[in-house]
Amino acid sequence: MKRKRSLAELRGATSLYAAMMAIIVGLLFGLIILLFSNSKEAFPAFFTILAGGFTDGSKGVGQVLYNAIPIIMTGLSVGFAFKTGLFNIGASGQFTFGAFAAIYIGAKWTFLPPQIHWLIALLGAMVAGAIWGMGPGLLKAFANVNEVIASIMMNYIGMYLVNMMIVKTVYDKIKNQTKPIAKSAIIPKGGLDKLFGANNLNIGIFIAILMVIIIYIILQKTTFGYELKACGQNKNASRYAGINEKRNIVLSMTIAGALSGIGGGLLYLSGSGKYLQVLDVLAAEGFNGISVALLGMSHPIGILFAGLFIAHITVGGFNIQLYSFVPEVIDIIIAAIIYCGAFALLFKSILSKKASKPVEESKTSDEMKKEDN
Amino acid sequence: MEYVIEMNHITKVFGNFKALDDVTLKVKKGEIHALLGENGAGKSTLMSVLFGLYQAEKGEIKINGNQVQINNPNDANNLNIGMVHQHFKLVHNFTVLESIVLGRETVKAGFLKKDDARKKVIALSDRYKLKIDPDAYIADITVGMQQRVEILKMLYCDSDILIFDEPTAVLTPQEIEELMKIMKELVKEGKSIIFISHKLNEIKEVADRCSVLRKGKYIGTVEVASTTKEEMSEMMVGRKVNFNIEKTDLPTGNAVLEVKNLTIKAKNSNKNVVNNVSFAAKKGEILCIAGIDGNGQSELVYGITGLMPLNEGKILLNGKDVTKESIRKKCLDGMAHIPEDRHKHGLVLDFDLQENAVLQTYYESRFQRHGFIKFNAVREYAKKLIKQYDIRSPREEDSVVRNMSGGNQQKVIIARELDRNPEIVIAVQPTRGLDIGATEYIHKQLIAQRDQGKAVLLVSLELDEVMNVSDRIIVIYEGEIVADLNPKEITVQELGLYMSGVERSVNYEKKA
Repeated sequence: MKRKRSLAELRGATSLYAAMMAIIVGLLFGLIILLFSNSKEAFPAFFTILAGGFTDGSKGVGQVLYNAIPIIMTGLSVGFAFKTGLFNIGASGQFTFGAFAAIYIGAKWTFLPPQIHWLIALLGAMVAGAIWGMGPGLLKAFANVNEVIASIMMNYIGMYLVNMMIVKTVYDKIKNQTKPIAKSAIIPKGGLDKLFGANNLNIGIFIAILMVIIIYIILQKTTFGYELKACGQNKNASRYAGINEKRNIVLSMTIAGALSGIGGGLLYLSGSGKYLQVLDVLAAEGFNGISVALLGMSHPIGILFAGLFIAHITVGGFNIQLYSFVPEVIDIIIAAIIYCGAFALLFKSILSKKASKPVEESKTSDEMKKEDN
Repeated sequence: MEYVIEMNHITKVFGNFKALDDVTLKVKKGEIHALLGENGAGKSTLMSVLFGLYQAEKGEIKINGNQVQINNPNDANNLNIGMVHQHFKLVHNFTVLESIVLGRETVKAGFLKKDDARKKVIALSDRYKLKIDPDAYIADITVGMQQRVEILKMLYCDSDILIFDEPTAVLTPQEIEELMKIMKELVKEGKSIIFISHKLNEIKEVADRCSVLRKGKYIGTVEVASTTKEEMSEMMVGRKVNFNIEKTDLPTGNAVLEVKNLTIKAKNSNKNVVNNVSFAAKKGEILCIAGIDGNGQSELVYGITGLMPLNEGKILLNGKDVTKESIRKKCLDGMAHIPEDRHKHGLVLDFDLQENAVLQTYYESRFQRHGFIKFNAVREYAKKLIKQYDIRSPREEDSVVRNMSGGNQQKVIIARELDRNPEIVIAVQPTRGLDIGATEYIHKQLIAQRDQGKAVLLVSLELDEVMNVSDRIIVIYEGEIVADLNPKEITVQELGLYMSGVERSVNYEKKA
């Protein structure tokens, strides 16, 4: 009995162990690539990656936080959908759509009072993302179209549609990108820029953390979250229990879309000189969100830290340009680490298999009866 | 006497769980040897060791006196060991002949030569009186015939040692009788049979000797002829079992659930899987729907509970029309459903016990305030159910349901459903896959509901359950009700005739 209890307790910690293992494997893999491309400088470069944002002191930390904001949001979006049994691979399209809505409102709706301009732009991003997420949700619920297929298509539709709309509305012809947004639409810095010495950082990080907390509360504490999780874990049992699973699928995808949309808004309203460019490329933040969600085991708090970690090594990867590595190698290393991060689930299943085997062969009712007598 | 199979001191360990602990099984040539034990006693594991699916940690296997090493099912086949699995392993769009020769096709230059195979199959089927149609498709033939195909498949491979894994679970009484005859015939021809079962009547009828396993341990081997059923069941369970279900007669009251002219079309065809079914379940009675699996009883229940759309018909609950109501509304009106597939419908396996306990009631004000779950209330409620319904699990209310035993999973569902104090309990095969102890418990609970004046609608494939628990039996055949019977006035054989569609009651004549 004692052994069983300790194993059961382990289950909670399994996720953390698994994520750690994934990270370590990823880092070792990255080290191997470094050794192959330039063995002399491999180790110093490796430690620079590990040091990440800390290399540049508080400025670097600020940069890590800034980089983490959008991927925490897309990670949250993917993770939330995962928890409810859906694979939202459309975070990229929702992100882009949200970004465009934010930029459009930020650049055009200058009639708004300056105090709330940025907030309205951000809300616009949220609504746009939500609409883009709702589409695949509706298709899934009422026409049984696989949400993966639908949201991949929505990624492309979203990207080209946004390109088209940029050209029609807020186009900067010379730079082939969006026009700058109004000053009032830039998210307040809240003194964070001074605190960290990083110009880009703003209160967006607090908004992201707030979203993490809200999603955590919804999933863990409310009946709504209970319903969503029940539908995600077992659609048939939810139906049997009288839960409206169609409504929940739509809501789940809508919320996931809204989170990605906010991510797009937060990035492009930060006034960091980032513009939405008219390119035929899907937004990478959406796909990085998948890695963040996998590494964070779809748990909101896990996603927060996974997002910070990936931002951390991204900054670290940027810093190893000091050594003689071509930028592509840096990208490969970061990708390798993220890729292995996605294996966290695999490690988890291995760990929990080991842990749960004796528990699964639990006693038959008869055996228990005997014990009682 | 020489033994064809000797399995001596077999020990098989999974992790730190001993599935088999020093088990010995000796089968004589030309006998039917029953292997008796509850679910999880290790019967299947032992057979898997013999069949080469698992390797034992300790012990030896002798076939015809020679020690052998069986590493995989091919080795077993080469030793002329054949097995009919509980769930047949047949390809549905193959013909009978193709299924029998599958894996042992006679070929010439890469082309199938069916003629030789056909001759051999027909010869075998004549010799052992196994009636089959070699050109029928598996999908079109009855379960009984599918089983004969499986048996022929073993014979086609020249198996001498035949293992039957719970072969009667899916058969009608008539088909069971037929199977018993076939088994006796096979033994006469010099085959040896291991017959896995937990049905004592069948063992009593057909087996020569019986080995009993309990919780992975070998309890003993007895001569069937000189041992009573009670003795065997005591060996199996480890305590005395009451076979007679105690039930007093009750006057029945008003109809609680009335089903009128219910028709459900199959998903992909125009066929009516449930055809114009009408019945009423009354207060204080257990109404049983008997029938062979796949005759529309599952769809009928899905239709009544709302999991499947109806094409025609009406459902009344205490006189109120609930046909169009949502599942939740029906639930609130007092309909409880113990579903056929507890893993698919009954439970969210990765939720813990508490979360499953409130699956239909989480939104009630006792469990939530402003949309926030009252965790303490849920925990207390789960604790109450655990105590009241004797649910056993490693970590009480925190146990993840997936890690609980089947019997206790079922108890969670039963506790949850019955605690809502429903007007009618619809229980579909509530004891499937459960051991005797749990089965006894669930029957008692259903009878307690009836004694409280509630109605119980029981769908069962187990004839013993149908005959012993119910107050009234309606028989469903190909989606139609063909008889309304009193269990006290009929025999199992008669019931079987209705179930297999041979007979129909006068009131239930087929409409032209």
